[in-house]
Amino acid sequence: MMTKKEVTVALVGNPNAGKTTIFNNITGGRQHVGNYPGVTVEKKEGFKKFKNNDFCLVDLPGTYSLTAYSLEEIVTRNFIVNDKPDVVIDIVDTSNLERNLYLTVQLLELGHPLILALNMVDVAESTGLKINDAKLAEGLGGIPVVRTVGVRKEGMDILLDTAAKVSSSQQAVSFKLDYGADVEGAITTVEPLLTSLHKQVNFSERWLALRLLGNDANIIESVGRLPNGEQIISAVNEIRLVLNDKLGEDVELFIAGQRYKHVGKIYQYAVNTSKLSSITISDKIDKLLTNRMFGLPVFFALMWMVFNLVFTVGSIPADWIDEGFALLSQYLDAVIGDGPLKSLLVDGVVGGVGSVLVFIPNILLLFLAIAILEDTGYMARAAFIMDRIMRRFGLHGKSFIPLLLGFGCSATAIMGTRTLENPRDRIITMLVTPLMSCSAKLPVYTILIGAFFDEQIAGNVLFSIYFLGIILSMIVAWIFRSTFFQGESEPFVMELPPYRMPTFKSVFIHMWERSTLYLKKAGTIILAASILMWFLTTYPNEVEYSKDYDVLTAQAEEAYTQQVSEEILYKLEIENIDQNEELAAMIDTIQQEEAKFTEDTKELAENSPEYVKLEEEKTANNQQLATEDGATYSYAARYVELTQKNEDAKETLKNEQAGEALEKSYAGQFGKAIEPVIAPLGFDWRIGISLVSGVTAKEVVISTMGTIYSIGDGNENSQGLTKSLRSDEHMNPLVAYALMVFVLIYSPCLAALAVMRRETGSWKWPIVSMVYLTTLAWIVTFIVYQGGRLLGFGS
Amino acid sequence: MSKVLSDLSPGEKGVVKKVTGNSLIKRRIVDMGVVGGTVIEVRKFAPLGDPMEVKIKGFNLSLRKTEAEMIEIEIL
Repeated sequence: MMTKKEVTVALVGNPNAGKTTIFNNITGGRQHVGNYPGVTVEKKEGFKKFKNNDFCLVDLPGTYSLTAYSLEEIVTRNFIVNDKPDVVIDIVDTSNLERNLYLTVQLLELGHPLILALNMVDVAESTGLKINDAKLAEGLGGIPVVRTVGVRKEGMDILLDTAAKVSSSQQAVSFKLDYGADVEGAITTVEPLLTSLHKQVNFSERWLALRLLGNDANIIESVGRLPNGEQIISAVNEIRLVLNDKLGEDVELFIAGQRYKHVGKIYQYAVNTSKLSSITISDKIDKLLTNRMFGLPVFFALMWMVFNLVFTVGSIPADWIDEGFALLSQYLDAVIGDGPLKSLLVDGVVGGVGSVLVFIPNILLLFLAIAILEDTGYMARAAFIMDRIMRRFGLHGKSFIPLLLGFGCSATAIMGTRTLENPRDRIITMLVTPLMSCSAKLPVYTILIGAFFDEQIAGNVLFSIYFLGIILSMIVAWIFRSTFFQGESEPFVMELPPYRMPTFKSVFIHMWERSTLYLKKAGTIILAASILMWFLTTYPNEVEYSKDYDVLTAQAEEAYTQQVSEEILYKLEIENIDQNEELAAMIDTIQQEEAKFTEDTKELAENSPEYVKLEEEKTANNQQLATEDGATYSYAARYVELTQKNEDAKETLKNEQAGEALEKSYAGQFGKAIEPVIAPLGFDWRIGISLVSGVTAKEVVISTMGTIYSIGDGNENSQGLTKSLRSDEHMNPLVAYALMVFVLIYSPCLAALAVMRRETGSWKWPIVSMVYLTTLAWIVTFIVYQGGRLLGFGS
Repeated sequence: MSKVLSDLSPGEKGVVKKVTGNSLIKRRIVDMGVVGGTVIEVRKFAPLGDPMEVKIKGFNLSLRKTEAEMIEIEIL
């Protein structure tokens, strides 16, 4: 009888073998993403009930080998050895079986229960490969071999059935590769030295002996820390030196060569390649995409397409969301009574979070584009095409991938620098990644460009900002490379995976995982920052004003009443307007006409043909009224004019008061304090506050501006912000451009800084990054603003 | 006089004789399957002339010319 128990299954395989697809197929949405203890490589865990077993699947990082060359390799090795999963499933790309088997052989040597999953076997066999599963299993010490097609979910049940069987039998694999007399002799000499360690380490003596002879830094370090460890290491070192001489090359390389020879034998034995067609469809696609002539144009065209998808297509649904939030704040304005709660909700929460959520469509599309580039295999080609250029500036072709991710999110991109094994390359890439305009900076650009630049040049302005970031990153990388980070760069030895049609599901999961990160940020950090900023901009609320606004408002009202009674009521011998029905009706008509005109022309420029046409229509209607009843019309028109003037006067006073309250709030005080520093850049204290709050997350710059400017004139949505920015006397296209430049460059957001700390293990690099970027931002913005003024812009 | 991989033109094939040079890069090259006796075919050079793409054991591998110089080849 079978009992129910949890079976831990580790998924291992080369990058691009389809591991993640199989993981997602089996676990569905139920997964947990975390980090491996002590290191920052992502750990994905998922659960699945299948027949009588509860499976816990662990998706290990993709790796080519189990030597200690990269973090991924060490993580994979340590997980298998220390966490002792019940079953290890090695997922191989069948089209690429020979190289994939190199890892399989190393897994076999670790001695844990292993299953080989021949993934994408359909593609492999369609190119003419014939695989004999039984012979393959025989060559691999009798482990089960299962055929799977991840994208079509084929073989998943068999895989789980096999895993259940293997885990219940708990049969250890006995696989021994013969490394030839010289190495075997050395192993025999080393093994007895290690018997005393057996209790402290989980490795077999043979495996440990091989690793020590192979000069595996990670293992040497662990053994060195054990009692007697140092003596063992020095003994092994001597044996290795002798062995090196005998072999005529490094032991580790000899071992690798022997492994590949063995793998080659298994491959020849189990696979019939006689019908293999040498040119695949992928090769044909590649011939065009990385062509000497077309490669670069195609690359730039693709990047341009990504841009337009994100920004042009994305702006359509963004407008709908914007309108939705405008309606929401109108509704809240209407149903909640005046007071701090209303102010908090309308100005703080809806104003702040709303102006961030508006950009979700752009962000979804950006992550969609990145996911497609990754899943098709084009990302690796991008590195291939760009390496020559990147290297000139001290970067690596692979740095291109994190830099491109930087357009999505700096924090994600900094995690993406893990693909760079060389620490120098990695740190430089991390330091320049924030110069890529991340998606959170996009809202800032969109608002400012929308407010100050013509639609025809909006795209060019945006492109110039992105381009400036790219150029700066190159210059900065080059400076870092030739000063603090001299030395050898990482090799560019990497696989160019075959082109694949991305599956909807995997693209969607990729996009979703990253977008939810942004949403979570909007829900937590940004909400908190919005409320904090609302508080800082609203309090202290009992300030001493330079004028008594209440008295001034009352005076304006009084003057208005007097004018109305002198010029209209007195002459018509009535006490109030309603006593003359004709007059009241006419006033109503004119006011409705005005209101309609204001509504219709809301989004029109004052000299646009539509505006002129509507204005003419309005004048014609008024003349019609005047000819019908000239006397009543002139009184009515005068009344409407006076009322409007009164409203305007009161509005101006209200704005002045709000402006003064803001100036005297905590935020205003702080903004004023830093104003002298940022004044040469064309920024006033309000921009100062927004920039400071923007360190929590870049999009907060806009939500803060939303809060600050909305308190001034009662608008909360970004449309409202656009209008108030436009009418602000301090703002002009040059200041707007300078602000975009500053936001592009200055300190990374808290999330990015936190990730950088985690990835480098100290606060040193986040602090370096914050200080150098803010200084650079000041210098570049100063040049842009002062240069622009000299050239006569900015008035 | 033996040739190195970077001397080959697109379409040319060779057999790996030996991998020389720096141990870190060398190990990476070997891990990716470039070991003695393996057939290697040059596919192309990147649009800017470097790195290059080769086909080995049925997959495509890219490496810089400086790295390809470490791979001694006998032309087929």
